[in-house]
Amino acid sequence: MSAVAADAPVLRAAGVNKRFGGLQALADVGVTIRRGQIYGLIGPNGAGKTTFFNVITGLYTPDSGSFELAGKPYSPSEPHKVAEAGIARTFQNIRLFPEMTALENVMVGRHVRTKATALGAVLRTGSQRAEERAIRARALELLDYVGIRRYADFQARTLAYGDQRRLEIARALATDPKLLALDEPAAGMNATEKLSLRELLSHIRSDGTTILLIEHDVKLVMGLCDRVTVLDYGKIIAEGTPAEVQRDPAVITAYLGGAHAPAPQTIS
Amino acid sequence: MTLFFPSLRDKPAAAVAATFLLAAVLIAAPFIVGTMGNAWVRALAFAALYVMLALGLNIVVGFAGLLDLGYIAFYAVGAYMYALLASPHLTSNFPALAAMFPQGFHNSIWMVIPLGAALAAFFGVVLGAPVLKLRGDYLAIVTLGFGEIIRIFLNNLNAPLNFTNGPQGITMIDPVEIAGISFARTLDLGFVKLPSVYLYYYLFLILTVITIIVCIRLQDSRLGRAWMAIREDDIAAKAMGINVRNVKLLAFALGATFGGVSGTMFAAFQGFVSPESFSLMESIIVLAMVVLGGLGHIPGVILGAILLSVFPEVLRHTVVPVQNQLFGHVIIDAEVLRMMLYGLAMVVIMLYRPKGLWPAPEHGVNPSTRGSAKAGAAG
Repeated sequence: MSAVAADAPVLRAAGVNKRFGGLQALADVGVTIRRGQIYGLIGPNGAGKTTFFNVITGLYTPDSGSFELAGKPYSPSEPHKVAEAGIARTFQNIRLFPEMTALENVMVGRHVRTKATALGAVLRTGSQRAEERAIRARALELLDYVGIRRYADFQARTLAYGDQRRLEIARALATDPKLLALDEPAAGMNATEKLSLRELLSHIRSDGTTILLIEHDVKLVMGLCDRVTVLDYGKIIAEGTPAEVQRDPAVITAYLGGAHAPAPQTIS
Repeated sequence: MTLFFPSLRDKPAAAVAATFLLAAVLIAAPFIVGTMGNAWVRALAFAALYVMLALGLNIVVGFAGLLDLGYIAFYAVGAYMYALLASPHLTSNFPALAAMFPQGFHNSIWMVIPLGAALAAFFGVVLGAPVLKLRGDYLAIVTLGFGEIIRIFLNNLNAPLNFTNGPQGITMIDPVEIAGISFARTLDLGFVKLPSVYLYYYLFLILTVITIIVCIRLQDSRLGRAWMAIREDDIAAKAMGINVRNVKLLAFALGATFGGVSGTMFAAFQGFVSPESFSLMESIIVLAMVVLGGLGHIPGVILGAILLSVFPEVLRHTVVPVQNQLFGHVIIDAEVLRMMLYGLAMVVIMLYRPKGLWPAPEHGVNPSTRGSAKAGAAG
């Protein structure tokens, strides 16, 4: 562990705005995610969760905002640079490399932390072969870590749904991320799969990787996250520990509709 | 080698034996088919050239998933570069050059091959840079246009300054000469006589083996995995930190390199180049070799290239005599029949073996894949 304080911010985003035509998808959104946290980002459909996610991972260019990763400013301009800076992501609708084997998928994740060139590969230099061995060993280790090592030589598309999610997480971890960003990892999972996903995520946290979790499943978020931000219509409506957020009237209104909140004043 | 003999993966001794056997067959091949005439050895030499071309295109189309319909342009670039650097054409058209090189241009193959490779790679980048954001059909159309542009340039660069001699092409191109041995003459080794076409066959065979080794090593590397990743899903590839722009340009450049090298060899072998050798049809045939054999699978691509390059020769030698025997006169021209059979072969392959004759092996049918996998595909 470095000398940095245990709860130093890993990701700090402030004043993020993003507009699609007439729609203000994100209005002055900011988060501070500290080391070792699982940070939840929740909100009803269309609240701007995925937009925010795509902004910090470089898929969308924000209209404004400032971004800091582990104390260093970074500009989320191009996805591959974001990955290099240390944010690894998964996708809401799993995006593996379907025809490649599970092992090869994770090996691709090592790309950004390795440097063999085309010439090195053609000449099979000593350093290239050593690097290949290290990539393979690390990828196998990660498959083991997420519990799907027995499928290492299976093509990714042949894996069961839950295992594809795990493979995507292993591939993201292969980039040695400072922040692991998961976009609805529990989507489409059954109760058993959700339970084992929850175990895996707390395991990853206890091994020192910070996690940003976007999730629909409120139960999963509340049980797992250290802090939660709630978005609605592109704005932050609440921020705090899961217990605080659950009691927040604005959150209840957003999730359950006005009728369950203290009745608003109506003009008669 | 187990790539070619998958069943011998666990028997290293047998794999070594199979490799030696294959090498012996390839070395003996010209003497075997040569008994039927040198035209067949020539067909083998061309097959080797096409294997090189198809493997180069396979890097672009098979590995990186970029549909390229103008690949033959790189072959043309290599061929014309050799033609211009090893024929009297430039010196006889440009007196200033003739004054500088009174002997004319006669450049060593050791200089021309790397130069052809480099020039083709440069053209690969020239083509690749503007089409980085395109894929699928759109990319195919632009690359097709690029191939045609190169051919039309070669066809018309004969006035006002005569660079390419236009549709007449360039003649009197020097044959290959290695260590004082001219490939234009029969080489007498004492125990065996090697006619010119045998020498070219062996040279092309060596270059093909080098190409195969380079392709296998590239495929099985960090760069090869990055190519496959962008082929499978380029957004996920970007999110994994792959610089998609650089990796695509490398695919275009390296693919073009093999096209350029085989182009130089083609020019030396023929002694003559003209634009009509580099028509769209040639691009399509090389692509057909890759697709027919097995997109992205090196042994499959080699098989496809050999089949589609030897097959027309077989037709050329059989169609006319067979028809004369059967009907007393020729009903269908060999060339026409060839195109018909190509079309038929393509339709049959697409229907019954859509992944090609020898596709990459499938890895694993996961017994735990249940109904939920379908939900994943839909989600």
